[in-house]
Amino acid sequence: MPDEKILSKYLKTWASFLLPLFLLVLLLWGFLKYGPLGVFKAELPPVEKLVIQRVVFTPERVELEVFNDGPEPVTVAQAVVNEIIWKFTMTPGNTLKPLESGVVSLAYPWTDGDPIAFTLISNDGVTFEKAVDVAFLTPTVDEKYLKTFIILGVYVGVIPILLGLLWFPFLRRLRGKGYLFLLSLTIGLLLFLGFDTLAESIELIKVLPNAFNGVGLLVIGFISAILVLGAVSYKTEFHMAERGGHLRALVWAYLIALGIGLHNLSEGLAIGSAYAVGEVALGSTLVIGFMVHNVTEGVAIISPLAHGETKSKTGKILGHLLLLGLLAGAPTILGSLIGGFAYSPVYGVLFLAIGSGAIFDVTFDILHFMAKDKWSSIFTVTNVLGFFVGLLIMYLTGFLVLG
Amino acid sequence: MKKISLTLISVVAAIVAVFVGYRLLAIIHQPSEEPDYEHLQQHAQENIGATGKYQTDDFDATEFLTTWNFNNLPPSERAQYYNETPLPNGTLLREYKFYIVDKEIEVAPGVFYPAWTYNGQVPGPTIRATEGDTIRISLVNGGTKPHSAHFHGFHSAEMDGSAFEDMVLPGENFEYEFKALPFGTHVYHCHSYPVSQHISKGLYGAYIVDPKVDTRPKADKELIMVMNGFDVNVDGANEVYAVNTQAFVYNDNPIHVKKGELVRVYLANMLELDPVNSFHLHANFFNEYKTGTSQTPDNFTDTIVMGQAERSILDVRFREPGMYMFHSHVTEFSELGWTGMFMVME
Repeated sequence: MPDEKILSKYLKTWASFLLPLFLLVLLLWGFLKYGPLGVFKAELPPVEKLVIQRVVFTPERVELEVFNDGPEPVTVAQAVVNEIIWKFTMTPGNTLKPLESGVVSLAYPWTDGDPIAFTLISNDGVTFEKAVDVAFLTPTVDEKYLKTFIILGVYVGVIPILLGLLWFPFLRRLRGKGYLFLLSLTIGLLLFLGFDTLAESIELIKVLPNAFNGVGLLVIGFISAILVLGAVSYKTEFHMAERGGHLRALVWAYLIALGIGLHNLSEGLAIGSAYAVGEVALGSTLVIGFMVHNVTEGVAIISPLAHGETKSKTGKILGHLLLLGLLAGAPTILGSLIGGFAYSPVYGVLFLAIGSGAIFDVTFDILHFMAKDKWSSIFTVTNVLGFFVGLLIMYLTGFLVLG
Repeated sequence: MKKISLTLISVVAAIVAVFVGYRLLAIIHQPSEEPDYEHLQQHAQENIGATGKYQTDDFDATEFLTTWNFNNLPPSERAQYYNETPLPNGTLLREYKFYIVDKEIEVAPGVFYPAWTYNGQVPGPTIRATEGDTIRISLVNGGTKPHSAHFHGFHSAEMDGSAFEDMVLPGENFEYEFKALPFGTHVYHCHSYPVSQHISKGLYGAYIVDPKVDTRPKADKELIMVMNGFDVNVDGANEVYAVNTQAFVYNDNPIHVKKGELVRVYLANMLELDPVNSFHLHANFFNEYKTGTSQTPDNFTDTIVMGQAERSILDVRFREPGMYMFHSHVTEFSELGWTGMFMVME
């Protein structure tokens, strides 16, 4: 009876799949019923965690955006502003379930330019605190704010990168060793940027509520960027075989621009949110610093394109250059707008992780190309020098951003 | 090739556009007209103070003001905690039943503090006697730590409640006995170690000894006030301050007095963790009898400063009807709860 045989095989497969699951359910039931659950319940203090994520200042009012980051519901009983108990209202209610967000509103006569500190007291007497260095009116969505940040984004993101791209005709004249020097310099620039981006992402994890699992976000963003871009460049390898090296260079350029774009998106997020939250006053030196620093990003994008064999028409290349510049630079504008209106470190961690993944991926691609299957051949004096110069340029221009 | 780069760009653009669009939509409908600053400023002024109402009623701060020797209880119930027996020499033997119990108390609306208490209340029950009476206190420790009762006043060394062997261990009991001397406004508190913790957790109360021959003007209304504070998050600093435990309680329930009558306040400072507290009365001045141990006033003022465990008797006659604020003039304490109102009627 072949039918029966198949059926019994089928049943066996399912049984072997379901048995561990069944045992797991049994184990959970037994654990909940007889297990030493008391061991995991501390008597005092209760594990209450509430994060004040954002403070919004409006005339004679303050709103605190809060998030329950603990395993227990939290009831806010009293609010204290600068050591003064102050009346508040709270939406959706005074009790937040785990992972629930709420808004605490206070009609408080805050003083422009002063530091201000908030403490929320739970019904169990646990306190949650947030200090703001400088209180000032939170920008609202109006023309002035939009203009300010678009102009800022253009200055910091778009113009410097386009300026960097203007080196294209010069770099194009380089041949042989000069081209390899340029590529290794790009690797230096990119590695610096990649580590810098990753470090920023790790830094942001500290302010992220634990419930969001910052390390998990970082790994997902980082790895998926590498995998997706890896798949894209693998796919294009086939086309390249038919159409020549120029396309490979162009793909690199776009990948670099994308990675830098994500980096700049996060940079914009940071600038916009810091400005909106009142944690930083954007001095002109800081803006100038970003401008100079970002010129080097333009150089990184065009280096692969500068190969002498490129035969494309100038007009076509110009179009690409403009697109590349916008792809890398324009996200600064978007980032600063998003950051200014409604910032959450969740986006910051994710975008920074994706950006660093993208940058590392393209760095490895370029390295792979230079090696041409012979890894020992890349450690020439020219290449190593180029690499160090790339790192140094990034490091030194980074000083300008200290403000 | 071009396709791929275009796809890449458009995917990124689409993601970003959805993102920004969603955020902008949420915010854009906010009204952008010029705010009414006068109204906003007025409104903000009205919002100082606690949010919400007290949720429990097991401590009545108004009743506490005029309660001593359990006189708030019906006679049969009172007899369980307090008995007085005349002695041959004309004085009274006053016997008290005190039990220590751990209890969550509400120190601000909705804020609960795991206190250690005498008889389930903070401050503990007020003891009041006449100079020369005999006081006998039977203390049962129903708490979880060694405790004691240490009285400010004359007593023998073995009744001091501060030596290591004086501590009443959980489940045990002890009988304190001493003469009520000298006359004045005193306090009692637990003297187990660390003392700062045992006081901060709520083990204290007022102990008043009236002079046998009272030459002061007769008081029409007598009020017990114990200034205190609570370190609700146990970080070594108080978050909530009050007179008689509940922050802002006499704002919502003003103390009713009559114009011209003599109001006598028995004031004690049992605040821990802060070295100095104060009492300030609006629009009226009072006679201060420091520690209540003299029958002539030491001071005529509207503000006094007190260190830890200091106390005074304040005599005041309100001059005009109306609402009059009283609060600590350490104003950060007043804004964290130590403030109240007198309602003066014709």
